[in-house]
Amino acid sequence: MQAIEVQDLRKTFRIQQSRGGLKGALQDLFAREYHEVAAVNDISFTIPQGEICGYIGENGAGKSTTIKMLTGILVPTSGHIQVNGYVPYQEREKFVQGIGVVFGQRSQLWWDIGVIESFQLLRKVYQVSEADYKKRLDELVERLQLQELLSRPVRKLSLGQRMRCELVAALLHNPSIVFLDEPTIGLDIVVKSEIREFLKDLNRTQGTTILLTTHDLQDIEALCSRVIMLDAGSIIYDGGLNELKTRWGRGRELRFQFGGAVKAEQLNGWTMGLPVTWTQESDLVATALVPADMAVSDVFSRILSQAEVTDVQISETSTDEIVRQIYSSGSAEKPEVKLHV
Amino acid sequence: MSSLYLDFIRIRFLTMLAYRVNYYSGILVYTLNIGVYYFTWQAIYGGKEQLAGFTAAQMTTYVAVSWMARAFYFNNLDREIATEIRDGTIAIQFIRPYNYLLVKMMQGFGEGIFRFTMFMIPGMIIAVLLFPVQLPTSPVSWIGFLVMLFFSFLINSQINILIGLMAFFIENNDGLMRMKRVVVDLFSGLLIPISFFPGWLTGIMNFLPFQAITYLPGSVFTGRVQGTGILEVLGIQVIWFLILLVPIYFTWRAARVRLFVQGG
Repeated sequence: MQAIEVQDLRKTFRIQQSRGGLKGALQDLFAREYHEVAAVNDISFTIPQGEICGYIGENGAGKSTTIKMLTGILVPTSGHIQVNGYVPYQEREKFVQGIGVVFGQRSQLWWDIGVIESFQLLRKVYQVSEADYKKRLDELVERLQLQELLSRPVRKLSLGQRMRCELVAALLHNPSIVFLDEPTIGLDIVVKSEIREFLKDLNRTQGTTILLTTHDLQDIEALCSRVIMLDAGSIIYDGGLNELKTRWGRGRELRFQFGGAVKAEQLNGWTMGLPVTWTQESDLVATALVPADMAVSDVFSRILSQAEVTDVQISETSTDEIVRQIYSSGSAEKPEVKLHV
Repeated sequence: MSSLYLDFIRIRFLTMLAYRVNYYSGILVYTLNIGVYYFTWQAIYGGKEQLAGFTAAQMTTYVAVSWMARAFYFNNLDREIATEIRDGTIAIQFIRPYNYLLVKMMQGFGEGIFRFTMFMIPGMIIAVLLFPVQLPTSPVSWIGFLVMLFFSFLINSQINILIGLMAFFIENNDGLMRMKRVVVDLFSGLLIPISFFPGWLTGIMNFLPFQAITYLPGSVFTGRVQGTGILEVLGIQVIWFLILLVPIYFTWRAARVRLFVQGG
């Protein structure tokens, strides 16, 4: 069975258009102008049980709107959704029993009461039996090291502590699908990696399906075998992370520091006939982009024989770089590789 | 499941208890209000025995019990709901397998229990000591009043919920909430008993739910309505409670489809 099936899903919002100036403001009083914005534009995908899928895209690409439709918060404008065998917005109360949700930017714990009291209330909300609750809570508390936090009021927790508690809150009823909307936002590196480890474990030991949105691509690299990339409400990439890297990776970058000033013409002259692209930072520093299918040593031998080099750095294009490129071009089709400056 | 809803009552009660110091000043303000209205009405009566069916003594009692009833039934459910809608925290409510409005009602009741025990009762004792308030002598009046007080809370909370839900449809319902507060205080008979209104307005009031909040229970407490009459006015409250469920149901259903979570 598929954990999540989405077909031609669409959500449009009606946004009021304000007209400028005093005249416009007066007109707005009597006849408002609206225009429709499609936050999610006919997207389709399926996620099998037990998969960890990353859902990425720029701010406003429609990630959160999708998550909100998948969790039954928003009613779609059109299209079909089936999650865990339910149409989320129809049998909401039964459906939410089987899912867990963490919103990185919103707390689902009760601000005024202690952490453990929040958990106990959630036990009742989800009707978890006392025995199951105790077993599950012990496991989670042990795993996320929350022992000394349990008696504190939620408002006194740091963001990292709170986020670990949020995870427990979302998992107490042992959901088979977990939605995480920016779970690592604003966290330090230590907590981030703790949370990643924990999610990986959860997926491996319990077979929990996880769909997460994030802006931190390290989350994706650490966790996801699959990425869905969204831009302006449409899916622009759906597939493996490695595939994305090989398709988009532009090879390696060689950053040279020269002993004396060099000019752009000189650089191009030295690598004449090679598919190398130069970008110059200053008179002394320049970077050569070497395609993946070409040996780096060819470039080295040419440059080293011609110029005095004080330092060299070699780097591969990072996922960040790749995704930045895709966002700015708005398409995951591989661009034409320019051969020369 | 029902123990869940009881928990919401308990937790809100305990939370209110933690902030109880805030309410000590409330007792003072309410007592002051009773004082202001007491002396105003004294001046209006100016020795006259009866006005609009109220004796001067009944009026004093009415003023005291009306304000202290308000100390109990008043809550900010409208503001709470509107805030949750506006800042988007309502999303969290939708991922939980419970009825949001019922939870809100329970929280309101938790607050109500706090207000009843820590605010209304001490306030009433002070009012009885300071002003010539005549407490009902018949146990039937007491029981009738307490049951009606509970319905005052229900009806007032229903109106608050309805106004709060309007935030789904209009971006800013602050004005609406302020208007509601004035309308409830005036038309429920808190500021002026409804029998003082001009005839046509009294007629209209009979077709609105507001009199069920203050005027009717106040009439029982002052002894203007007695015996089987109590059942009659209680019946009016029950009917309004049932009628108000209808718009709440439809507003909630329409809101579900319209829901637009603010802030992404």
